[in-house]
Amino acid sequence: MKKTTKKFSFNGFGQLTIPLIAIALLVVFNLIRDPGFFSIGISHNSNGNAVLSGNLISIINGASELAILAMGMTLVTAACGGQDISVGAAAAIAGSVFVKVLKASSSISGVTVILAFLCACVVAMIFGSFNGTLVAVFRIQPMIATLILYTCGRSIAYWINGGATPTVTSSIVNAIGSFIPGIPVPTPVIIVVVMGILFWLLFHFTSLRLFTQSVGINGSAARLNGIDARFIKLLSFIILGVCVAVSGCIGVSRLGLINHETLLLDVEMDTILAVAIGGNNLGGGKFKLSGSVIGAYVIQMLTITLYAMKVSSTDVKAYKAIVIILLVVIGSPVIKEKFSRFLARLSDKRRKVSVKGAEE
Amino acid sequence: MQEEYLLTMRRIDKRFPGVLALNGVDFTLRDGEIHALMGENGAGKSTLIKVLTGVYQMDGGEIRLEGKPMVIHSPQDAQKKGISTVYQEITLCPNLTVAENIFIGRGKGVWVRQKSLEKRADEILSKLGIPARSTQLLGSCSLAVQQMVAIARAVDMNCKVLILDEPTSSLDDKEVNRLFDLMRDLKSRGVGIIFVTHFLDQVYAVSDRITVLRNGELVGEYLTEELPQIQLVSKMIGKELEELSSLSETEEKKTEEKEILYEAEGLSSTEALPFDFAIRRGEVNGFTGLLGSGRSESVRAIFGADKVTGGTVRINGKPVKISKPVDAMKHGIGYLAEDRKRDGIIAELSVRENIILALQVMNGMFKPISRSESEAFADEYIKVLNIKTASRETPVGSLSGGNQQKVILARWLLTHPDYLILDEPTRGIDVGTKLEIQKLVLKLAEEGVSVTFISSEVEEMLRTCSRLIVMRDRHVVGELTGQDLNQTQVMKTIAGGEA
Amino acid sequence: MRKLRALFLVTVLVLCCMAVACGKGDDDGLIKVGVVNNPPSESGYREANVKDMENVFSEANGYKLQTFYSKSNDEQLQAAQGFITDGVDYLLISAAETTGWDDVLKKAKEAGVKVYLFDRMINVDESLYEAAVVSDMAAEGDTAVNWLLAQNLPEYKVIHIQGAMGSDAQIGRTGALDAQFASNKMTKVVQQTAAWDEAEAKKIVESVINSGEDFNVIYAENDGMAKGAVAALDEAGITHGVDGKVVIIGFDCNRWALRELLAGKWNYDGQCSPFQAQIISDLIKSGKAPATKKIINEEKGFDAKTLTQADIDTYGLGD
Repeated sequence: MKKTTKKFSFNGFGQLTIPLIAIALLVVFNLIRDPGFFSIGISHNSNGNAVLSGNLISIINGASELAILAMGMTLVTAACGGQDISVGAAAAIAGSVFVKVLKASSSISGVTVILAFLCACVVAMIFGSFNGTLVAVFRIQPMIATLILYTCGRSIAYWINGGATPTVTSSIVNAIGSFIPGIPVPTPVIIVVVMGILFWLLFHFTSLRLFTQSVGINGSAARLNGIDARFIKLLSFIILGVCVAVSGCIGVSRLGLINHETLLLDVEMDTILAVAIGGNNLGGGKFKLSGSVIGAYVIQMLTITLYAMKVSSTDVKAYKAIVIILLVVIGSPVIKEKFSRFLARLSDKRRKVSVKGAEE
Repeated sequence: MQEEYLLTMRRIDKRFPGVLALNGVDFTLRDGEIHALMGENGAGKSTLIKVLTGVYQMDGGEIRLEGKPMVIHSPQDAQKKGISTVYQEITLCPNLTVAENIFIGRGKGVWVRQKSLEKRADEILSKLGIPARSTQLLGSCSLAVQQMVAIARAVDMNCKVLILDEPTSSLDDKEVNRLFDLMRDLKSRGVGIIFVTHFLDQVYAVSDRITVLRNGELVGEYLTEELPQIQLVSKMIGKELEELSSLSETEEKKTEEKEILYEAEGLSSTEALPFDFAIRRGEVNGFTGLLGSGRSESVRAIFGADKVTGGTVRINGKPVKISKPVDAMKHGIGYLAEDRKRDGIIAELSVRENIILALQVMNGMFKPISRSESEAFADEYIKVLNIKTASRETPVGSLSGGNQQKVILARWLLTHPDYLILDEPTRGIDVGTKLEIQKLVLKLAEEGVSVTFISSEVEEMLRTCSRLIVMRDRHVVGELTGQDLNQTQVMKTIAGGEA
Repeated sequence: MRKLRALFLVTVLVLCCMAVACGKGDDDGLIKVGVVNNPPSESGYREANVKDMENVFSEANGYKLQTFYSKSNDEQLQAAQGFITDGVDYLLISAAETTGWDDVLKKAKEAGVKVYLFDRMINVDESLYEAAVVSDMAAEGDTAVNWLLAQNLPEYKVIHIQGAMGSDAQIGRTGALDAQFASNKMTKVVQQTAAWDEAEAKKIVESVINSGEDFNVIYAENDGMAKGAVAALDEAGITHGVDGKVVIIGFDCNRWALRELLAGKWNYDGQCSPFQAQIISDLIKSGKAPATKKIINEEKGFDAKTLTQADIDTYGLGD
């Protein structure tokens, strides 16, 4: 009775099965509803550049902030077994810093934008390490620890700029939020790809993945193997801080204005959902960034689909909730086990049938 | 063979996807008999027990209780029919009283008179000689008493068959003896007891008959007095044990002339009182003492697993500071923790990732071991240590206990330590693997690695260690070498010299 | 080190709170006014509102001003209670919620404190306050829709982006347009709430563009959402503003929004005046009871074609 019990891993995809099935269902549903839903066209924007347009582009573009935050959140979830609910508020702070620095300079050049972004990054990382310290050193539940910043973050964002909705007019900022002249792909999408590559490099050239998973799965064992669990947890929050800064700056650049009350409002819940839909265990441990990113696109596709169906946006949240409950329930261990047992029975039957066939 | 059997299991089959866990196993139990069920991990013991208690439904075979065929649908059903199980982990409620625990969940109505319950409970307790009061909170009793209360509960439910699944693993010797007295008492009352344990000595101390399983098949049923211990072991692991005897013959341990590798003076931690300790290159020594004597705490202090509070440490004569595990690792010390599940394995990660973990930590975060390198390491150690796993990418949590332990051993061997601390490396694993681990320890010593070995089985330590440090009540009370390394001397020292 | 850092942050936070809480002094012959308002961080509107109050009720004008800002009705109630105990002469309230104020206002009356409501009405008996100086959101909507009708467009295909459902501003500004939809003078392409969220507004317009439906008016119930909508148009290369295809209507008269108007990128911005302080001050100084209980703050609408820099300087909010 060795434990070589064959495990049926959901069609071989494993963790990514649920989010991929969700995407496939949404695609099929939309194609039935409107065969041209995913058609991509080329239009010219107001600067005269040829750019890609269509629902698919809207989905991929619109999910950028969410996708980036989901990557960082996945890491925090894996290391700490909990989630940061202050990402929206922290993004408002980062965005405010970004605008503050931009407005402080007389003319906005590429250098000022980079400087402003770096300032936003530093500030977001400081707030990240504040959260991280509460979680890693003081061992406060992540949700409780980040509740502090969740509550006061948007007020802090207000203090930074004073005015409620300061605006920035700059072609460079506009290019970050929409299109770089000559490139038909929305810039936020490019930034998501860059962030993805950065994470890949991070995991490839360091052993962060192994250490994070070890800390998340069994903190006590990780410690006895010489891993500094506190450092890993803190680091995950700081990395999330970078993600927060990037998405905050994208959010600001899209409109050239910072409204600290509405910038990435309620994004924390969507982010956590993206992580969950991606098949990651919210209790920490093993993780797949790609799952969370796909999760982010699932959420965005759902939103755009509902908008396209002219569902009133007050109702959108309710519909979203229904779909997400379904996804999470389908992805739950109970259903997975039932399903793999069902598959096992199927293959058993098939085997019996074929044995019978052989006997005849 | 017209003997009257209490319980008969005939040709029991149990299949899991891809595995035949039980293949036509027979098992019989007589009235008033203590019957030991033996086998390595994975032999099918627990599957058989689970079939008997209704946790699993058998795929083939027949169960008869007092001659009547029966089908057991669920654990509750089994209990109703007179088959009760007491598990290794207490499944009662520590925050209820003893009386409540005995009667919980089987009252006819909501309104039960507290006083009458307590009176009845006291009767049962005194009848069985269990040293507990009915009004006591269960959590305030010792583990052994808690176990006995669980048994009392089963007995009071008119159980005919009592299954004790590893009841002694968390008890000390005195408690074990008390439990055995209770078992003998029950036996005299006609209860049939199935006793599952890893401890061979205990089997011989208390059981009348032994059934041995191997790989899901019945090896045989024997009268305990007719089956010598060495034969039992060979039946369990399926090969003759020349190795076992040959192991004990490699007694020549000449490390005295080698230089001292590690030396601690007055080392103490938040958990360990100050103690002195030294180990030479290639030496195997051990800490012994009862549970709670401080043996694990002492080695944890050496590794920096608990916060070190004082003392000086020298490695190769040079003073070093070890305040956390990574310091110890950098100085060539490896530590296999006592609690494999809590402090050892990263269950959801693969065998490969578990094996490279410690080496990766020592390399630092910015020098990741490449995939191909780590695969090569994993394959090498899976082969060297004969780790039974479907593949190197199998999550380590799905391996059997012994193989998990080997994975952790591989993890430390991969760091090529100068000094390896093994705290209970053989607990709860099958005999074959135990033997492999002991051999490995001796081989490492030959190669110049110093090893500190801790085991609850003194036999094992006597076979492997050239020096034993004996602890009692968190103090070192003696050090045994050479002629003194024998069971009686160890027991004497543990008990306090005069015993 | 990390613990120290955390401690430091907490200390700074506490000090900040204390600094805000301090700042009281003695009075001599000044009229004591207590203002209970929503926090300036709420919106550009509120910020201008708060500043306006502080400017008008200054010591130079003969006032001793105490303020309290909170989004929480309960905290507001406590603060009002505190002002009454402190013995203010006048209590000015912009309540977070419309209910729960009876007791406090009765106590004010007993203590002889005169109450003015500003910006927001409260559900209490009229006798409990002197007057309420408020905006008429429905009138704002009417002005905007009338302006739109006056443009004499050949057809009106409207994308209507609403504010947070149920808010006064949303109900008022939606009403006028809904009437047009009902009478078929205008066509509703889509009517969605973006809950004051710029990014959400952009998504709504984007989805209409992607669907290929035609539209020529975007009626956004505040400036931010109008800006979001315009961003979507820009990305799709759809012209807007004075000489463009799509007419852009926003509300609130943020200074940056008026600048968009002046640049001809938007067409119309409706004012929602935060300047109630002067009206109240005049009433106090006059010493007479106001003629009506509900005083409507007069509000304008600005057309891109007639807007001047002077208007921006006078009526624009924020920077």
